Amino acid sequence: MHSNSFHCSLSLSLYSSTMDRAHSRRHVASMKQSLFDQGYLDEQFIQLEELQDEANPNFVEEIVTLYYRDSSRLISNLENTLERKPLDFNKLDTIMHQFKGSSSSIGAKKVKAECTLFREYCSAGNAEGCRRSFQQMKKEYAALRKKLETYFHLARQAGPLETAFRPK
Amino acid sequence: MGIASEAPFHVLAVDDSLIDRMLIERLLKTSSFHVTAVDSGSKALKLLGLIEDEQRNEEPPSISLEAHQDIEVNLIITDYCMPEMTGYDLLRKIKESRSLKDIPVVIMSSENVPSRINRCLENGADEFFLKPVQLSDVNKLRPHLLKSKVKDEEHRKINNKTRELTEIHSPR
Repeated sequence: MHSNSFHCSLSLSLYSSTMDRAHSRRHVASMKQSLFDQGYLDEQFIQLEELQDEANPNFVEEIVTLYYRDSSRLISNLENTLERKPLDFNKLDTIMHQFKGSSSSIGAKKVKAECTLFREYCSAGNAEGCRRSFQQMKKEYAALRKKLETYFHLARQAGPLETAFRPK
Repeated sequence: MGIASEAPFHVLAVDDSLIDRMLIERLLKTSSFHVTAVDSGSKALKLLGLIEDEQRNEEPPSISLEAHQDIEVNLIITDYCMPEMTGYDLLRKIKESRSLKDIPVVIMSSENVPSRINRCLENGADEFFLKPVQLSDVNKLRPHLLKSKVKDEEHRKINNKTRELTEIHSPR
């Protein structure tokens, strides 16, 4: 009788934790779907997730963390270069080329689009355009960071089952 | 009878971007390659044992001293846009080197410039990948590596045969 109720409560708690995890996974999936629908991320992000395995379960979070750390230096560089008069468009373009490359490698779609715009303004020698798109890029960059922090937190809670599925 | 070596192929990756180095390393390791990643063409050449001595006045500056290669590299994959030495410069130096010219070289670039792509392919690059590089690109590497391996195997067979014949004719 005792062992029966013990088994009962054990399987109930297993059931509920399984349901919790299933719920968490659905939550992660819907957050990911929305990040794609809203254009924050592109296919490259899925490519990164496909590189995760048992030996490297946190690769995406690690590379995104490294991206934010490494690119902060490029952003400071851009900021300093934008303060000089007259503007050195070649230098700005060179720095932005690097920044765009990294952003592209992690699937940061909106950030990448803003980088492209910035480089077009550089080619045109449009200082005001450069400054405007730089501000916009920083907004997108910060917004994406917040979203991804939330996403990774949820993903870790949901457990290591495959997150690398394609959103619709 | 030779036993086929199961050691993984060793790929040397060259990219000045920290993020892209991390990515290419993961891509290559996922595909069971052994990887060394460096951040410049000059570091790559140093690793390959190709030392350039600009101090020598007797020889024209384009001649490189070819030192013994300490590590074996089966393929080089390099970014195109790098400060100081571009991926194209690196490709040229490798193809001009007696000891390194047979190593397959792959160029990566974020920019789709047909003239750039053609120039690289015409100068000995085996593949040109647009960034961001994906697993499907890395899957294209193995045939180039296997082709080089066959060439190496042929050399080894010839050397073994020569050795065999020499041993037969000089009994202990």
